[in-house]
Amino acid sequence: MAATEGIKQHHSTWSPYDNNGGTCIAIAGSNYCVIAADTRMSTGYSILTRDYSKICNLADKCVMASSGFQADVKALQKNLSARHLIYQHQHNKQMSCPAMAQLLSNTLYYKRFFPYYSFNVLGGLDNEGKGCVFTYDAVGSYERVGYGAQGTGGTLMMPVLDNQLKSPSPLLLPAQDATTPLSESEAVDLVKDVFASAAERDIYTGDGLEIVVVNAEGVKREFLELRRD
Amino acid sequence: MANTAIELPPKGGFSFDLCRRNEMLAKKGVQSPSFRKTGTTIVGLVFQDGVILGADTRATEGPIVCDKNCEKIHYMAPNIYCCGAGTAADTEAVTDMVSSQLELHRYATGRESRVVTALTLLKSHLYSYQGHVSAALVLGGVDCTGPHLHTIYPHGSTDTLPFATMGSGSLAAMAMFESRYREGMTREEGIKLVCQAICSGIFNDLGSGSNVDVCVITKGQKEYLRNYELPNPRTYVSSKGYSFAKGHTEVLSTKITPLKEHVKIIEGDAMEE
Amino acid sequence: MSIFEYNGSALVAMVGKNCFAIASDRRLGVQLQTIATDFQRIFKIHDKLYVGLSGLATDVQTLYQRFAFRHKLYQLREERNMRPETFASLVSALLYEKRFGPYFCQPVIAGLGEDDKPFICTMDSIGAKELAKDFVVAGTAAESLYGACESMYKPDMEPEELFETISQALLSSIDRDCLSGWGGHVYVVSPNQVIERTLKGRMD
Repeated sequence: MAATEGIKQHHSTWSPYDNNGGTCIAIAGSNYCVIAADTRMSTGYSILTRDYSKICNLADKCVMASSGFQADVKALQKNLSARHLIYQHQHNKQMSCPAMAQLLSNTLYYKRFFPYYSFNVLGGLDNEGKGCVFTYDAVGSYERVGYGAQGTGGTLMMPVLDNQLKSPSPLLLPAQDATTPLSESEAVDLVKDVFASAAERDIYTGDGLEIVVVNAEGVKREFLELRRD
Repeated sequence: MANTAIELPPKGGFSFDLCRRNEMLAKKGVQSPSFRKTGTTIVGLVFQDGVILGADTRATEGPIVCDKNCEKIHYMAPNIYCCGAGTAADTEAVTDMVSSQLELHRYATGRESRVVTALTLLKSHLYSYQGHVSAALVLGGVDCTGPHLHTIYPHGSTDTLPFATMGSGSLAAMAMFESRYREGMTREEGIKLVCQAICSGIFNDLGSGSNVDVCVITKGQKEYLRNYELPNPRTYVSSKGYSFAKGHTEVLSTKITPLKEHVKIIEGDAMEE
Repeated sequence: MSIFEYNGSALVAMVGKNCFAIASDRRLGVQLQTIATDFQRIFKIHDKLYVGLSGLATDVQTLYQRFAFRHKLYQLREERNMRPETFASLVSALLYEKRFGPYFCQPVIAGLGEDDKPFICTMDSIGAKELAKDFVVAGTAAESLYGACESMYKPDMEPEELFETISQALLSSIDRDCLSGWGGHVYVVSPNQVIERTLKGRMD
């Protein structure tokens, strides 16, 4: 008994997970979707790199931003890309964003008891060309929303997004459109401002901001400097 | 408070009244709270005419910055200052307490305080609390025996060094000192190196951030350069801002109380504070 | 669970032009169960000095009584009101006295000092003062409040604008915190009047 306890104690200090910090958000508009994440990767009190992209283009009109444990995130991205390649070969088309959302949920739930430690937001355009955002927990519970924030700075940003974008209750009947009334440039401006605010207060958010805008024309990328301290 | 009907203002020292209750709560499985830390970079070095101290200005509570521009270089005596890292309340309290003891000592002896006096008072206090008063300090000053720089650890051990760093950014800052420090630096070189060391902590350690405070102490003189460098301005401000029209918020009740002008007595002696 | 999360609270104070505002939520809960929906955690010390106490409700009320008592002693001795800075030092000393067995309470102090200069300050549960020029927050909704205030705060606001800003910041933050809510209390104090309002918020 004493010996097993000793072993237990020895192993209890080690964890297969780490949190590499960072924040990602996505906002859906009527004909666009903004996905953004900071570019800092850190562990504990140290910065591992200041220039690490948390955003991954899974399909033409489908972009995923993830924070959490970056090794798991990388594995998840690789898994999804492979699944998407198979899908392309079988169906001869790109996967739609809602389909990818379901696939991501299934992939996460598949590892229900040894989860991918990743907090994802998926953004893109749906089949009608409307912006769509899906938020997840680590084990695949997901929801289509008008906007979402995940990661270490998510709690700081969410009230501001609520205040500025106010999505209608999902309980309303008939269902209301969750996309925001903001124009694309206004949405990008809001994203920049909430990130600048979160970088002031969250130590894991900073260095740079990568913004991806998906619309009918395709995918645009933009960068902004954030605090580096 | 069993023997007194009303609670009298205490005479000083810690009170352990609530320990029993808090222990009971802890046993029931509630976590005891975390305190505000100054996960800090603090440094000091000896240059040709005296001592330079430096500090960043970030205070954190877990992963959140609770003060972006706090003061970590504390006054001890006119010729002695002290940088504090660790639990914010402890560094503040321990430096305030010792600085008042030094002040009284100066009134009693009529002489300038010595750095070793401050050092001894600090270390004996910290030692007696066995590290539970978690203050890690860099103490610097110039007295009749010349410039002095010391570091004090929470358990009460001390070092006497030509250059010193403390806090979570101490390694980042020490890297600068180890590579660039030499004996007999000028004031300008010294300030520059202190700034580089603090900036190294600010940028490479997440517990440190915001601005650089510097304090230069020389024989009979001191210069507190608050916010000497501001390397981290906000990077973006929304072009349209957030403005809320009057009446935007739903209000249930409003009560407006006008305040009366207080009568001021001009005659007679105003009492000292 | 942390003891600060037992009752739930949200507190915020902001500085405007020659005025300040202090606001809190109205919920008193025992973990996830709501007990009262009109709880007061902001207290008046004198006309131009308010203290808000977040954290464990029993300590909130005990501490307020000690503050009020000490302030009355001061008034009797000095025949004047305490300056906010002095009061902050008093609160800090009372909290630090219990360094090794603290009150589970984070205070927010807001007042108008000499020449009606606004003063705001917050502390952790053992009295580490944090003086700010813009805004201070405390309670279970602190993180959300930091985000909201960091975006919405502007320097030199007039009382009415300050009221709208602090109210919006408070309401949007407490909607994202399940331990605080049920509207808010807001006090906007300027040199010649105090506006006290109760806000309508989500009741869940």
